[in-house]
Amino acid sequence: MTNTPEKSKPLVLVVDDYQDAREMYAEYLEFSGFRVAEAKNGQEALDKAFELVPDVILMDLSLPVMDGWEATRRLKGDARTKAIPVVALTGHALKGHTDDANEAGCDAYVTKPCLPDALVDQVKKMIARRDAASAR
Amino acid sequence: MASPAPLPPAEADPGARLVLAEHLLACESAVACARAVVEWLARRHGAPAACVGPGDGPGASVCLASEGLTGAQQAALARAWDAPGSPLATFRTRPGARWLAPDALEGAAMPGGFFAVPLGRPGATAAALLMVGLPGPAVPEDVAWVASSAGPHLARQLASDARAPRRPEPDRLLRRVINAVSDPVLLTDTDGTLLFANGRAEALLVAGPDASPGRTRAVELNQRLFRETLAQGGTSVHRREVPLVDPLEGMDLLFELVTTPVLAPDGPSVVVSVLRNLTDLGRATQALGESYRQLRATEREARSERHRLDRVLDSVADPIILTDPAGGMVMMNDPAERLFAWPQSGGTSGEGAADEATLRRVRANDALFASFLANLLGPVNAGVSRWKSQLTLDDPSTGSPVPMEAMANKVLGDGGELTGIVTVFHDRTEVLERARLLERVKEVSSELEARVQSATAELAEQNEKLRRQAIQLEQASAAKSQFLANMSHEFRTPLNAILGYTNMLLQGVSGEMTPPQRRNLTRIDSNGRHLLEVINEILDITRIEAGRMPLHLSDFGIPELLQEVMAEMDPIIARSKLTVETRLDEALPGVWSDRQKVKQIVLNLLSNALKFTHEGGVHIAAEYQNATGTVAISVKDTGIGIDVSNQEKIFEDFQQVDSSPTRAYGGTGLGLSICRRLAAMLGGRVSLQSAPGQGSTFTLHFPRRARRT
Repeated sequence: MTNTPEKSKPLVLVVDDYQDAREMYAEYLEFSGFRVAEAKNGQEALDKAFELVPDVILMDLSLPVMDGWEATRRLKGDARTKAIPVVALTGHALKGHTDDANEAGCDAYVTKPCLPDALVDQVKKMIARRDAASAR
Repeated sequence: MASPAPLPPAEADPGARLVLAEHLLACESAVACARAVVEWLARRHGAPAACVGPGDGPGASVCLASEGLTGAQQAALARAWDAPGSPLATFRTRPGARWLAPDALEGAAMPGGFFAVPLGRPGATAAALLMVGLPGPAVPEDVAWVASSAGPHLARQLASDARAPRRPEPDRLLRRVINAVSDPVLLTDTDGTLLFANGRAEALLVAGPDASPGRTRAVELNQRLFRETLAQGGTSVHRREVPLVDPLEGMDLLFELVTTPVLAPDGPSVVVSVLRNLTDLGRATQALGESYRQLRATEREARSERHRLDRVLDSVADPIILTDPAGGMVMMNDPAERLFAWPQSGGTSGEGAADEATLRRVRANDALFASFLANLLGPVNAGVSRWKSQLTLDDPSTGSPVPMEAMANKVLGDGGELTGIVTVFHDRTEVLERARLLERVKEVSSELEARVQSATAELAEQNEKLRRQAIQLEQASAAKSQFLANMSHEFRTPLNAILGYTNMLLQGVSGEMTPPQRRNLTRIDSNGRHLLEVINEILDITRIEAGRMPLHLSDFGIPELLQEVMAEMDPIIARSKLTVETRLDEALPGVWSDRQKVKQIVLNLLSNALKFTHEGGVHIAAEYQNATGTVAISVKDTGIGIDVSNQEKIFEDFQQVDSSPTRAYGGTGLGLSICRRLAAMLGGRVSLQSAPGQGSTFTLHFPRRARRT
């Protein structure tokens, strides 16, 4: 992975208001060969997404300013960001969150605690699926 | 239409025959009769004629009458009547007329011969012989007619002459007079032997020889009755009744018999009897008697009717009084008597004072009744037909007041006049009592109603409280669920970082670590995972309670599932130093159920077994029970075992066998509770067989094919 040029590395936008989690995933993603951008809330996530157009967005759902569901709904409603896979990340384990997330347009759903390596697997799966879809 | 048949040609001389017949009927003796016949024949034929018959005394015969014959001829004929061998004697017994030659009879010859004709009843010995001097054997018609019509008459006369040959004969005119009397008149001797009877009497008391047997018997009976009655009277003038029978009709007749002895101037004394028919009188008397009897019966009936009415009236519990138009009491029934009648005098001694009081009360009652009746009496109240009022009478015997309702009705006669007044009393004690009770019931019921209302209000208040409590409870429950969910989230966020960093360090993201560092980090990881498990268990209970644990049914195999379980538990098994064996039924079919939940239950049971077993091993077995269509996965350990008293408790939330602060085994106490709830969601259950020190066997039973709920 270190051999890959910096620009060609896939960009992952990590959205989480909990700094430790954000930084932990960012560190492991970079360790795993991804470029990482970070956002602390939904609004920031939207700004970063429109600006950077990442390959995958990891979206925590409980966020200040604008929650993950609303942010996802807006991303999926915008032509520029519509195609970006969104993986919902939540510490909420109750049913209903999943449904809401799906309704908002999330492409995958992951419950915290989620170990970094499991999350990276999920991100890789998303990129592969997106590539397969665009190739078709 | 046929006209009447013409009459036969008139007789040659019907007038002459009629004269003879009338004459014969008027004859009173055989001699007269014979004379009439002989004279008639002699005149008709211009020939001699004679009639010979029996005379007085035996063996004496006489010539009853003769015409144109000498005395010698007459005597000869008389002799020939009963001379043995004489032709006349033989003619008596032979029917039919005979002609005799002129010289056939010695001393009595007639020129040209003569006919001898037997006279009497047909078929009987001749009573007399008629001799007519005529030539030739042809019997002239006149002779034959005379023989047939005069014969029976003469025979009767001869017979009657023979019975009473020398009785004084009443004068013919007298006879006719007597015959004309409409009552039977008889002349008898003192013994009752009949000397003479007029026509009416004959009809009752005399029967000719040719009478019917019925008439003969009736006449005999009448004669006997008559003689008996006569014999009672003696010879003086007497009057008595004699019952006789009508010989023609057979009806009973009643006669009054008046007898008068008469001394005949020339003979023995005779008795004149006059009978007067009393039958109609008797019938009238009888009818009168019958009417009287009926009257008596009617009276009796009326009396019994009256008695019955009395009894009926007496049987009525309400007093009834019948009053006359002036207000006087005519009749009252027993209940009325008790109130209004003076008590019978002569009561037992010692009750004088009581009697005095009783009388006073009766008097008071009577006065009340009289003033009540005054409303209907007198011309002022002529238009009033009924009067109703309420009187309070006194019970004469006890003095207690009797509230009464009195209803008086006028009884009017056919002409609309007042004939009486009927008053019916009705005891109102019961009615008043009932009204009082009703009032009381109403009071009580209104009290009750008030109580019910207050109780209802209280109940409503309590209901409202309960409702509020229920809402609060619901809110509390929701709050609890929300709290647990939030807590879970708040636990997960740092735990996510802890486990994440530990994982990264163990992967060597921050460079290689020394073995002691790695060992310690592994323990951090292990404890973090345990913490996560606890959080998950709490969350599971919350999810199940909140109904947020859906079933995800799929096809899967038990062996693969058990392999997964063993793999996940491998680190713990390795550390426990216990032998864990798995035995699977060869014929274990695939199942249709919630794989995740089955796995969670088995994991839980296995981790429990490992936790409470220190030596020995754990056996996991799975089998299919065909009969019930269920799969059984059992986890058997050689651990500490559970006392029967605790076997149910351990399935409850947050319950452990030892919940004390000094307990030897940790845990939330939610594992088995979750297992049981999950098993129930699968349509199954978890069973336990255990004894302290003997180890435990937990078995999950669940249907091979779950039904979607």
